[in-house]
Amino acid sequence: MSFSVTEPTKGTKWFAGILVVAYAVITIIPLLWIIATGFKSPSDSIAYPPVVVFEPTLEGYVNLFTDRTRATPDMLEAAGPPETWYEEIARERGTVISGPSRYGERFLNSVIIGFGSTALCMILGTAAAYAFSRFRVPLKDDLLFFILSTRMMPPIAVAIPIFLMFRNLGLNDTHLGMILLYTAVNLSLSVWLLKGFIDEIPMEYEEAALIDGYTRFQAFYKVVLPQAATGIASTAIFCLIFAWNEYAFAVLLTSGEAQTAPPFIPNIIGVNGKDWPAVAAGATIFLVPVMVFTVLLRKHLLRGITFGAVRK
Amino acid sequence: MTASPIQKMAQKTPDGMARTIRGLSDRTIAWIFVAPTIFLLLAVNIFPLIWTIRLSFTNFRVNRPNNDVEWVGLRNYERILNDPDIWNTMQATAHFLLWTIALQVIIGFTLAYLINKKFKGNDMWTTIIVFPMMLSPAVVGNFWTFLYQPQIGLFNYVIAFFTGADPASFSMIGDVHLAPWAIIIADTWMWTPFVMLICLAGLRSIPDSIYEAAECDRASKWRQFWTITIPMALPFLMLAVLFRGIENFKMFDLVVQLTGGGPGNTTTLTSIDLKREAFEKWRTGYSSAYAVILFVTVFGLASIYVKALNKVKER
Repeated sequence: MSFSVTEPTKGTKWFAGILVVAYAVITIIPLLWIIATGFKSPSDSIAYPPVVVFEPTLEGYVNLFTDRTRATPDMLEAAGPPETWYEEIARERGTVISGPSRYGERFLNSVIIGFGSTALCMILGTAAAYAFSRFRVPLKDDLLFFILSTRMMPPIAVAIPIFLMFRNLGLNDTHLGMILLYTAVNLSLSVWLLKGFIDEIPMEYEEAALIDGYTRFQAFYKVVLPQAATGIASTAIFCLIFAWNEYAFAVLLTSGEAQTAPPFIPNIIGVNGKDWPAVAAGATIFLVPVMVFTVLLRKHLLRGITFGAVRK
Repeated sequence: MTASPIQKMAQKTPDGMARTIRGLSDRTIAWIFVAPTIFLLLAVNIFPLIWTIRLSFTNFRVNRPNNDVEWVGLRNYERILNDPDIWNTMQATAHFLLWTIALQVIIGFTLAYLINKKFKGNDMWTTIIVFPMMLSPAVVGNFWTFLYQPQIGLFNYVIAFFTGADPASFSMIGDVHLAPWAIIIADTWMWTPFVMLICLAGLRSIPDSIYEAAECDRASKWRQFWTITIPMALPFLMLAVLFRGIENFKMFDLVVQLTGGGPGNTTTLTSIDLKREAFEKWRTGYSSAYAVILFVTVFGLASIYVKALNKVKER
């Protein structure tokens, strides 16, 4: 082992490690609490003192995906024995399932709008980033700054005319409208990030391809795109996460058809007021995919959050 | 993609202005590649912005489309700047901005400094710390109201456990004095990792050789920290502050779900106030002027800040 004056001592490492782990544990508790609450019964969820060890139940998830109505004992009697396990959970609370809830739809909307806008954003963003990286575009710096500055506007500030514009075009509360809107919001991120990734690919590869008789387009998709694949993938995940999490536009511009999950989850209410296990269940299903993506992204996290301004 | 219309466009490109390598000229390709992005941004960002500016000089109301729209000149702006309520929301926003940035910089930098000690498993713990930042602020904010519940909330329970107070005796989101801190705590929990990541990149960018030279000169660790670590990480720290500043000036989702701007107007940040004016009171012209003022403020402050940042970088 080589000795270095800059290498921290063993004691320092232990000290630093303990502090960081302590912070990590504290910071993760609210998230673990969300996940745990999803598996609690309503009485456990509001118990005092808060319970850490409890008997897990899927009631929250059943309540999340179904609409239920209160039933008298006679009605329960007449309905016969429950046919499914979720039916059984509802019966235990003296309710009958009257149909599926809207959560499924809202979640599907989030998926459609998230993936739709990400796909569109990647197509437009990759093309623009390639052009900015490789060609002499007139007013290049101004255009790049303009693209970045669109991110500075508070969403509410542009929401008024977008609301009016979408109403005139019939795009209010439609998937297409939301996809276009989120694409526009994410373009600044994708262009800046992708430009950074493409800048790192040596120009020589393309030049060699051009000499071999490729056209520019061929060189672009046969040489540059495969080389930029990791960059494109991580940029796509960033765009997806943003569209997935977005709330302000979603709450202002959608109400029924195209409403995504974030405006919907906080409004889940049960038969007896706020149903926290159901809210937590909805949040868990919605948040866990993002956590998985975060783990996949960890190498490019820094670049993504700073629009490529900081590269490791 | 069919070749013919593109080739027609290529033929229209003046010769001599473009380098042509089989097929289309580079110039044409550049335009084909950039144009859709610019067009979409113009349509969804710039066009609405110009429309907002135009509306800000009128008394238009979306919910009364049949009313005559009058030009009122600068009256909307005058009314906003003379409105004490708006100055109160500005103050609430400033309070929120200053405290969140201060806390996030202190905690974030400390964490980055500790992680940079390269203890075993630091990568894994960094990823765990980053989780809150990537999640939906609205969904998470909503859940924080549950943690903040008097009596049953986990936050109140933990505070009560350590201070001995009654967990039912205080309500973080119901109390006029505590509510501004409730949103600061939630925002700090969520966004400290952001500052941490950027600071970590800054610390890792400092070459070991500088510290080695300082060791040779017998500079104390304390002195090394203040004369090497801080100045060299400063541009990164300032960048983090810029990002957080812009984001928190626009803050909407987390706070609206947490407190909804209440109690009273104590946590009504400008975006929340703007949303009320525009989409609850439907004072379209007035709120457009409000939006313009906010945008000019962010843009102005950010430009001044970027100039300062560039100066620090040059040093």
